[in-house]
Amino acid sequence: AGEKKTSEKAPGKKKPSEKKPAEQKAGQKEGGEKKKRVRKHHASRNPVLARGIGRYSRSAMYARKALYKRKYTAPETKIEKKKKEKPRATITKPVGGDKNGGSRVVKIRKMPRYYPTEDVPRKLLSHGKKPFSQHKRRLRASITPGTVLILLTGRHRGKRVVFLKQLDTGLLLVTGPLAINRVPLRRAHQKFVIATSTKVDISGVKIPKHLTDAYFKKKRLRKPKHQEGEIFDTEKEKYELTEQRKTDQKAVDSQVLAQIKKVPQLRGYLRSTFCLSNGVYPHKLVF
Amino acid sequence: VFKRFVEIGRVAFISFGPHAGKLVAIVDVIDQNRALVDGPCSGVRRQAMPFKCMQLTDFVLKFPHSARQKCVRLAWEKENINEKWAATRWAKKIEAREKKAKMTDFDRYKVMKAKKMRNRIIKHEMKKLQKMASKKGKKPEKPEKPAKSAKPAKAKKSEKVQKAPKAQK
Repeated sequence: AGEKKTSEKAPGKKKPSEKKPAEQKAGQKEGGEKKKRVRKHHASRNPVLARGIGRYSRSAMYARKALYKRKYTAPETKIEKKKKEKPRATITKPVGGDKNGGSRVVKIRKMPRYYPTEDVPRKLLSHGKKPFSQHKRRLRASITPGTVLILLTGRHRGKRVVFLKQLDTGLLLVTGPLAINRVPLRRAHQKFVIATSTKVDISGVKIPKHLTDAYFKKKRLRKPKHQEGEIFDTEKEKYELTEQRKTDQKAVDSQVLAQIKKVPQLRGYLRSTFCLSNGVYPHKLVF
Repeated sequence: VFKRFVEIGRVAFISFGPHAGKLVAIVDVIDQNRALVDGPCSGVRRQAMPFKCMQLTDFVLKFPHSARQKCVRLAWEKENINEKWAATRWAKKIEAREKKAKMTDFDRYKVMKAKKMRNRIIKHEMKKLQKMASKKGKKPEKPEKPAKSAKPAKAKKSEKVQKAPKAQK
C-alpha cells in the first residue's frame, strides 16, 4: 500500500515539472492546490507483531517517521504576545531638592530589603476553598420579590416589611416602606427573617441599580494622625442621613406604596408589629 | 340516656386512622369490637373497622344487613347524607377548625381587626343601654334590646371572619 501511494505521488509531482513550458499556470495551480490540501496520511510504518506490540521501538519510529524534520509550533496567541511585551523595568524621574535639575533612573521593581532567616514553608494544596466573594448565594423558595417579611432582629424587630431583591452578598434588600413603618431601604439577613405567604405585586417596580452592598456598607474613617487620644472620638458613631438616601427612598417607596394601596387592609398590616402571646406557638402557626 | 345506637345503617364519622374525617355506614356487626363498614360516597372501601375509631352521627339509612355497596350507595344518595352532614353544626365546627389552622399571618391580622370592631359595636350598644337604664332611675329594665343589637353585630363579624379566610383561599 505504501508503494502504491508513493508511485501516485511521484507522477503527481512530476507532472508540473514535465509540463512546465506548456502549462505553467496549470502546474502552479496544482502545486498550490497540493500545498493547501491536507496531505494523505501514510499507513502505519510500524507493522504489528501481536496485538499491542509493534515491530519497531519508539526511537526507531522517530527515525522512520522523520519527525526530526517535522517540528511544528502552534501559532502565537495574543496572550503570549502580550506576555512577551516586557513590563518597564526602570523609570526616569526628575530630581528635586538638593541636586535640583537633572534626572535619575530609578528601578520600578526593587530588590527586597530584608531576607528572613527562616524561609516560609510552602502551603499545602487545598481544593474548593473559595473566598466569600465567590460563594454560592442561596435564597429560600418562600422568599420572592414582593413577599412580606417579619424582621426578627435588629432595631426593627417585629416589623413587617416588603422584600425587594437579594443583593450580591446574599443579604436581602428590604423597605418598610418608610411612610408606613419607619423602616428605610435596608439590608436584612435571610436567616433572621420569617417569610410570610403574603405577597405584594412588585413586578412593575424598578429598583435603581446603584443600590448595592457598597451603598449600604458602614463607613469607617481611618486617618490617625499620630494622636492616639483622639482616634476613638472621631470615628463615626452616629449615622448621618444623606440626601441621596432620601431620594432613593422616595423613588422606590412611591412605586411600592401604589401597589400596597391596591390590597385592602395591607397598609394596616404592615404598620402592625408581630408578637407572640399566650397560646400562640410559632411551630404551629402558618405564616 | 343514649340516643345514638349502633345499628345497621347508622352513619358514623371516622375520628382517627387512615380514613380520618370521613363518613361511613355500618353494614354489619362482626363481633364486639368491629363492624363491617362501607362508605361508597365518601371514598371508603367496604372493610372491617373497630368501633373505637367511629363516632356515631344522627343519621340512619335503611338497608338490610350485609347489603351490597350498590344498595348502600342508593340509600345514601336517597337520604342526601352528604348535604345533611355539611349542614350540621358538627361539620361546620370541623370546617372552622381547619380554616383557623390554615390562617396566615395576614388573615390573623384581619380577624383581629374584625373582632375589635365587633366588640366596639357591642360595647357601644351596651353602654347606651346602661346609660338609659341609669337615667330612668332605678327601674329594672329587662335586657330585651341587647339580643337585637347583638345579632346584627354577630352577622357582621361572621361575614368578615368568613370573608377573611375565604378570600385568601
